[in-house]
Amino acid sequence: MSDKLPVRRMAHYVADADEGGLGAVDAVRVSERKSNLWLDAWRDLRGRWMFWVAGVFVLFLVVVAMFPSLFAPVDPFSCQLSDSNAGPREGHPFGFNFQGCDVYSRVVHGTSTSLSVGLIVTLIIAVMGIVIGAFAGFFGGWIDSLLMRIGDMFFAIPYVLAAVVIMSMFLQNRNIFVVSLAIGFFGWPATARILRAEILRVRSSDYVMASEALGVSRVRTMFTHVLPNSIAPVIVLSTVGLAAAITAEATLSFLGVGLPPEFISWGNDIALAQNRLRTDPMPLIWPSIALSLTVLSFIMLGETVRDALDPKARALR
Amino acid sequence: MTAYIIRRLLQAIPVFLGATFLIFSMVFLLPGDPILALFGDKTPTDAQYAALQAKFHLDQPFFTRYLIYLGDLLQGDLGTTFRGQSVNDILIAKFPTTLRLALLAIIIQLVFGVVVGLIAGLRKNSVFDYASMLLSLVLISIPVFVLAFIAQYFLAIELGLFRATVGRGAPWADLMLPAIVLAALNFAYVVRLTRGSVIETRQQDFVRMAYGKGLPTRRVIPVHVLRNSMIPVTTNLAADFGILIVGATVTEGVFNVPGIGNELFKAINQHDGPEIVSIVTVLVVIYVLVNLIIDLLYGVLDPRIRYVR
Repeated sequence: MSDKLPVRRMAHYVADADEGGLGAVDAVRVSERKSNLWLDAWRDLRGRWMFWVAGVFVLFLVVVAMFPSLFAPVDPFSCQLSDSNAGPREGHPFGFNFQGCDVYSRVVHGTSTSLSVGLIVTLIIAVMGIVIGAFAGFFGGWIDSLLMRIGDMFFAIPYVLAAVVIMSMFLQNRNIFVVSLAIGFFGWPATARILRAEILRVRSSDYVMASEALGVSRVRTMFTHVLPNSIAPVIVLSTVGLAAAITAEATLSFLGVGLPPEFISWGNDIALAQNRLRTDPMPLIWPSIALSLTVLSFIMLGETVRDALDPKARALR
Repeated sequence: MTAYIIRRLLQAIPVFLGATFLIFSMVFLLPGDPILALFGDKTPTDAQYAALQAKFHLDQPFFTRYLIYLGDLLQGDLGTTFRGQSVNDILIAKFPTTLRLALLAIIIQLVFGVVVGLIAGLRKNSVFDYASMLLSLVLISIPVFVLAFIAQYFLAIELGLFRATVGRGAPWADLMLPAIVLAALNFAYVVRLTRGSVIETRQQDFVRMAYGKGLPTRRVIPVHVLRNSMIPVTTNLAADFGILIVGATVTEGVFNVPGIGNELFKAINQHDGPEIVSIVTVLVVIYVLVNLIIDLLYGVLDPRIRYVR
């Protein structure tokens, strides 16, 4: 028997080694390949064409966003009014918009705006949602009720409308961060709710009880066992949320309460081209295609990740 | 059931108070002078500034201001726009059109969504199933204003199937194209929910039981499978409605539908702060009410919900 002091005054009883035949039954098969949620998910993802198509396209978008000049050497801000709505020509494959700017260059340079907003909003929502959801799920009781009711209040306002109100109060100094904050500030309740529900589910698992019974503190159990096992739905929600954030930024810019003209935003360019839709649809269609493809690739990525992480969705396939 | 209704009604009160409080504090707690912000690019004269300060009770403490605002709101006074129009009058004039547009969109999305979802769910992994899933993915990905322009350009301008903008009085025929665009947003979600739900319901014991007692497929599918698959679709109508509100703002703007969404669209374009806030408040109140009604409906449809704590 161990002569170590019992942790937290809890006696530890260790049974004598089983000398009977059951040892073979209980033995862990070491030769079996390792298996956990993330490894299983990765094995599942590897075999899906949709994951590869979406993943490669997202990587491509990231490269374009980081090095736009590599893909479009023409300055997106050098516009000649004499080129207004001119058609495609050598070096300018998508033609020119009403202000005489090169459409192809603006589409390429707009990538980083969309991706930055998507990333920042996703980070804001994830941090707020995880902190609030984890607090609610960990403490329970009145803290839980209070946080979830506050979440209901934020949830009662569609986040694009909330962002419209915030941005219409914010006329000066608009930039990517302000827009992201306006979109993200009302987006957290869904993440908080789903994480809280998942924490409540995981907390009643045997391994959490085992960890606490072994004397590991509740806080430590929370970080080592509960949170890692409840984070999967948050990751799924974040990937799809990134797509929604990109759409939201474009919608706000389209409405005129998003980014100011000194930022290249697909939403702004679409808004600019809308009045000449009848005669010159192309300056509207190119940014629209870029926007839709970007959103589509993130949604496809989110879908495949969800299918890989959620065994129930796998059964429905 | 009564207990459930009362509980749900009581839950809605703090949500309503909280949501209005949030909008209120957003307007008045944000950095910068709210009155200057309301004027947008223009600058108010000193007299205008003082008058507005008195009108918005800016000399009062924050909470008193909220109570005054809430009192006005509960009495049905939604304020006035910069052009001096009463927001109430605008609502009365514009709301019926938006309601018709929304109804048309909801009918289209439900009818087509449920039918496609049902067929996809019954023929899981068929070509039809894959095609409908791919279509729904694409539809989810296209932002509403892009969809509106695509529909306007190809269906109205190029093919001439519809009128590109809505005419005076907004006849039903003119509302069809905006309604289709609006419906397309949620169509994808309805298809997916119906499909998943149908696949799940088909594996239930009561469906096997229905087949076991000799009922024909044409009775089992509509009565046993479809009816029970409708529950998640109904609940999700609340989320659909949130998408619909934002969608209506953009769609009505693009197609020039004389409704509430178009009014908000124009207010945003003209930086008319008071009007934006009033209309958003109204939309949020409607959203809370619709959520409440759908939750009550959920209780009626699914008895299990009523008994959960």
